[in-house]
Amino acid sequence: MTSRSWSAVQQGATIILVSFLLLPVAALALTLSWSDLVAGARHPLLLPALRLSLATSTCSLTLVVVLGSLVAWWVARHRGRLSRLVESVTQLPAVIPPAVAGVGLLLAFGRRGLLGSFLARHGLSLAFSTPAVVLAETFVSAPFFIQAAIAAFRRVDENLLTVARTLGASPFRSFLRVALPLSAPGLVGGAAMSWARSLGEFGATLLFAGNLTGRTQTLPLAVYTAMESDLRAAQALALIMVAVAFAMLLVLRRMAREAGDA
Amino acid sequence: MLEVSIAKRIGTLDLALELSVGAETLLVAGPNGAGKSTLLLLLLGVARPDRGRIALDGRTLFDTHADVPAEDRRLGYLPQDYALFPHLDALGNVAFGLAHFPRRERRARSAAWLERMGASHLANRNVEALSGGERQRLALTRALAREPRALLLDEPFASLDSSARLELRASLRRSLLEWRLPALIVSHDPDDAMLADRIAVMERGRIVQQGTRDDLRAAPSSPFVAAFAATSRESL
Repeated sequence: MTSRSWSAVQQGATIILVSFLLLPVAALALTLSWSDLVAGARHPLLLPALRLSLATSTCSLTLVVVLGSLVAWWVARHRGRLSRLVESVTQLPAVIPPAVAGVGLLLAFGRRGLLGSFLARHGLSLAFSTPAVVLAETFVSAPFFIQAAIAAFRRVDENLLTVARTLGASPFRSFLRVALPLSAPGLVGGAAMSWARSLGEFGATLLFAGNLTGRTQTLPLAVYTAMESDLRAAQALALIMVAVAFAMLLVLRRMAREAGDA
Repeated sequence: MLEVSIAKRIGTLDLALELSVGAETLLVAGPNGAGKSTLLLLLLGVARPDRGRIALDGRTLFDTHADVPAEDRRLGYLPQDYALFPHLDALGNVAFGLAHFPRRERRARSAAWLERMGASHLANRNVEALSGGERQRLALTRALAREPRALLLDEPFASLDSSARLELRASLRRSLLEWRLPALIVSHDPDDAMLADRIAVMERGRIVQQGTRDDLRAAPSSPFVAAFAATSRESL
């Protein structure tokens, strides 16, 4: 292949793929009138779903970042079969279809589930509740953060940590004051991906938490519900969701850039 | 006085060492793979010997009953590339080791240390923009600000070009003489012998010969010792 035709192939592939990725998002915006959007913004499903989505995705992100950072640090600093096994297990949810994850969560934490039956005996029922939404979102989004965090932590020079110790820092302080700031851009990037996955979570939430307005109905579920009766409303909700996700992504990318500059 | 008598097996390397360093500079020389850097990690407390004893000024840092954590050993450490914290400025690097002081005092003390070491002008500089010599000076300041009882240096000139090495060797030698701390330098570079009062040659995990450079030159116990002593330059 000549260099000109190789270049043409790349350009062609770029045009096809970028158009394909952009078209559905553009269609959401271009086929909706302003009055439809205003009507969508006033739709009774929107506000509870938006509130719930922001609250649950913030909770799941907090869980994923706090626990995930600790797990990722351990994996990144240990070699051997056990750390490889832990790394594989943390990546498992990324390859499981969300609906399967929902069934699994139900069989684990549902009223008759492995752990759920024990919890139920102590008066704690998780399935079809707001905490179930958080669990479903945490389950599906954790791999995105953990993978990015492991990669970022592996790049931290071991010598810096050794020097930190000789300068009086405990292993925990070395982690906090050296590893975390140096890994911040990678961690924020991973958190952004994880949060986006969490916000868009649908299948596992529907099966494990249900679709109850104000309690378990997140934005994607509200879009799905609205779609059954009114395509325009669904479209307006979907567009608002895209705007929220895009705004959050911009904020997180800015945070990543600032963390990188600091 | 740093006293070391330790053993450790790492893969095929059987490390067994006896060393003592008074208020002097000891160069531990040896070919790559002799276990020199491992020795430093064992002394620092980030790796653990299988058995033996490490003591500093009579205080046991490691034996069958004790294993003082790295942060409490009071050993200053300069790794090969100096490992300055890239997310902190020069002052922040020095202040890192003074976390036990309140914030304001920490900064004042760090500034005083930089001044004492002739490095005040570096205080607010980004450490990644410093020259090799400035980096070494800052790393030494950062280590000394903790008031360590001994200094450990790993190949202190390996990452510098040869013109900078000669000047920096002289400067480091002056600092070591001024501080009179037990200092242990590991290196495979014969020219680093000019920094040391005494040389211990390490091969395959063992000290094969100790003495001044003249001792080594007079009666080398192995081909490496002979080559090392013959190629090292005269003292500074």
